[in-house]
Amino acid sequence: MTATPPLFEIDDLRVSVADKQIVNGLTLSLRPGEVHAIMGPNGSGKSTLANSLMGHPRYTVTGGDVRLQGESVAEMAPDERARAGLFLAFQYPTDIPGVSMINFLRRAMSARRGEEIPVREFRQVLNDVLGRLQMDEQFVRRYVNDGFSGGEKKRAEILQLGLLQPLVAVMDETDSGLDIDALRIVSEGINTFHSDDNAILLITHYQRILRYVQPDHVHVLIGGRIVESGDASLAEVLERDGYEPFMERTSEGVLTS
Amino acid sequence: MTTPASEAPVSPRSEYEFGFHDDVEALVKLPKGLSREVVNTISDIKEEPEWMRKLRLKALDHFNARPMPEWGGDLSDIDFNDIHYYVRATDRDESAWEDVPDYIKDTYDKLGIPEAEKQGLLAGVGAQYDSEVVYHNIREDLEEKGVLFLGTDQALREYPDLVKEYFTTVIPPNDNKFAALNTAVWSGGSFIYVPPGVHVDIPLQAYFRINSEDMGQFERTLIIADEGSQIHYVEGCTAPIYSSDSLHSAVVEIICKAGSNVRYTTIQNWSNNVYNLVTKRATAYRDAVMTWVDGNLGSKLTMKYPAVYLMEPGAHGEVLSIASAGQGQQLDAGAKIVHAAPNTTSVITSKSLSMDGGRSSYRGLLKVYDGADGCRSNVRCDALMLDEHSRSDTYPVMEIDEKKVDIGHEATVSKVGDEQLFYLMARGLSEEEATKMIVNGFVEPIIKSLPLEYAVEMNRLIELQMEGSIG
Ligand SMILES: Nc1ncnc2c1ncn2[C@@H]1O[C@H](COP(=O)(O)OP(=O)(O)OP(=O)(O)O)[C@@H](O)[C@H]1O
Ligand SMILES: [Mg+2]
Repeated sequence: MTATPPLFEIDDLRVSVADKQIVNGLTLSLRPGEVHAIMGPNGSGKSTLANSLMGHPRYTVTGGDVRLQGESVAEMAPDERARAGLFLAFQYPTDIPGVSMINFLRRAMSARRGEEIPVREFRQVLNDVLGRLQMDEQFVRRYVNDGFSGGEKKRAEILQLGLLQPLVAVMDETDSGLDIDALRIVSEGINTFHSDDNAILLITHYQRILRYVQPDHVHVLIGGRIVESGDASLAEVLERDGYEPFMERTSEGVLTS
Repeated sequence: MTTPASEAPVSPRSEYEFGFHDDVEALVKLPKGLSREVVNTISDIKEEPEWMRKLRLKALDHFNARPMPEWGGDLSDIDFNDIHYYVRATDRDESAWEDVPDYIKDTYDKLGIPEAEKQGLLAGVGAQYDSEVVYHNIREDLEEKGVLFLGTDQALREYPDLVKEYFTTVIPPNDNKFAALNTAVWSGGSFIYVPPGVHVDIPLQAYFRINSEDMGQFERTLIIADEGSQIHYVEGCTAPIYSSDSLHSAVVEIICKAGSNVRYTTIQNWSNNVYNLVTKRATAYRDAVMTWVDGNLGSKLTMKYPAVYLMEPGAHGEVLSIASAGQGQQLDAGAKIVHAAPNTTSVITSKSLSMDGGRSSYRGLLKVYDGADGCRSNVRCDALMLDEHSRSDTYPVMEIDEKKVDIGHEATVSKVGDEQLFYLMARGLSEEEATKMIVNGFVEPIIKSLPLEYAVEMNRLIELQMEGSIG
């Protein structure tokens, strides 16, 4: 249909953690402007995939490649990947006591830009995004994720997404633990960020977020590999029937390997 | 976590920036070694009253009689016969900066000290160079209110009764081996008296500098905060780098009378060849507040546990300390709080950092006497290691002899977390920047209690030390 070259390619990726093979040859291609959803049961390897895409040192890539704008990120440290435009919204954001959000956000934005962001400009952008996410200005005076409620943590991840303007955002269960209003606000945050120039890989258990953030493609991940892909209607099938019907497809020995 | 080789920042090993020394012949330098004769000579030079000479000699006997402490750090390399116990560079204690000899002035210029005074950030300044105080000055309005801020030797000459009344009342000569040594050979230090009700709103400051090789600095500081008064005293310490070791063994005694408020802040950045063995103790009477803020970076070995004895109801004692140990350093620091009266309160917050093979420990004692009911205390000590080959320990001891008390205690020892590093790096911060940020966050609770200039300085010194260890 379209000849746009992919923005982000995951090519036969294999990842192991603690000597266990978790991701077993996963291939996925995201074009600019696309939203892909990945759904899969607990323990199927979603976070493993997400973390390894960002270069977490605990996850060992045992095969395949990951390319951003055609360039392999395999040899890049996490900070280089981030500066190149890759973003991970964490399933469990880490707290860093004593480090204020505002200081952290300014450093992160400066790193992403490759130069110090002027205070005025930073303030302006920050207040914009805070307002959009209906977050209090006092929020950024707090220490990074320290004592945040589950919902606040997820909102803070979206705040960072809005500030850092990555090319590719991997969102690991950003919708989990959000109340109805928060889910709507967070979804709007994602939609505001989303444009024809970037792409989103949305990891989720629930169809409800997909009502707000419309996926172009939905993939079912079981046993560290994609067993089914389809359009948005696949999410509805999953919601209705669960993963059971897809389980057989892993009987090629992938799950038990 | 490692950065790929191509990205690894090549950081120079951090250099101790105050490592220079002045090539000057001291005016008076007693031969190395410790004896009755040396003690007598020091007393003679200072033309002291007889009671002080006797006290010194008695303390020398205590020192000789006591064994070396077997705990804390390794003290076996200290050779008490290889130390100059008294070195005097100039024969005056000036109160006008212009009159301080140029080479000494240069040193303090390099340390950036007169600047703060010029900018009016300080209520008074004192500077000690080797054994003697070379400069003391206090703002006129404070002097008019009766605030005394002068070298302890000078105080002994000008206010002998006041000194005699309080000297060794908080730390007796036989308290410990190094307090005994200090009492025997003490020289210099600050003497402060704040009259009842007088508030000194900005800090008084003193700088201690060891310049000579193989010397011992034994300053003696005595602070008396009279009823309802308020004072903040700040001291900074540096020394040149020599191949052989120096000894710094100070004693600080503080009396906080009823309703007074005293804060004593130390930024210690000795070079890595200094044994820093200091006894600091305060007594706090009814409703008085005593706070020790203790920042320890340099030295080869530091053993220092600022203490507050809460003597009467309503007294509050607080110790905030940071120790940061790098290569070849051991920092054994902590706090001691004694609840000797009912309804007294205390807080201990300690942060120890170790990197590059350094070792830091928190050693603390919290004691509540039987009958001191209604006491509340909260102890929190955290240790953070930057790498595998560094070491951090906490040794919190509690002796609680009273049941009706409320004691909270929390201790953690951790490594800079992989998850924290990953989180920050996933946002584009380099490993070095991420580590610095985590460390800054770790020490933040203490840093924020420092006056702004010192907070900035302390952060800068910690970063400087880290630059040598990350890469
Ligand atoms: N650090 C680790 N050490 C050992 N096993 C791990 C580690 N991280 C992940 N695993 C294992 O890998 C498998 C996949 O985990 P992962 O977190 O990727 O699942 P997930 O699909 O994100 O699950 P959930 O829906 O619960 O978030 C699990 O069996 C998990 O126990
Ligand atoms: Mg997960």
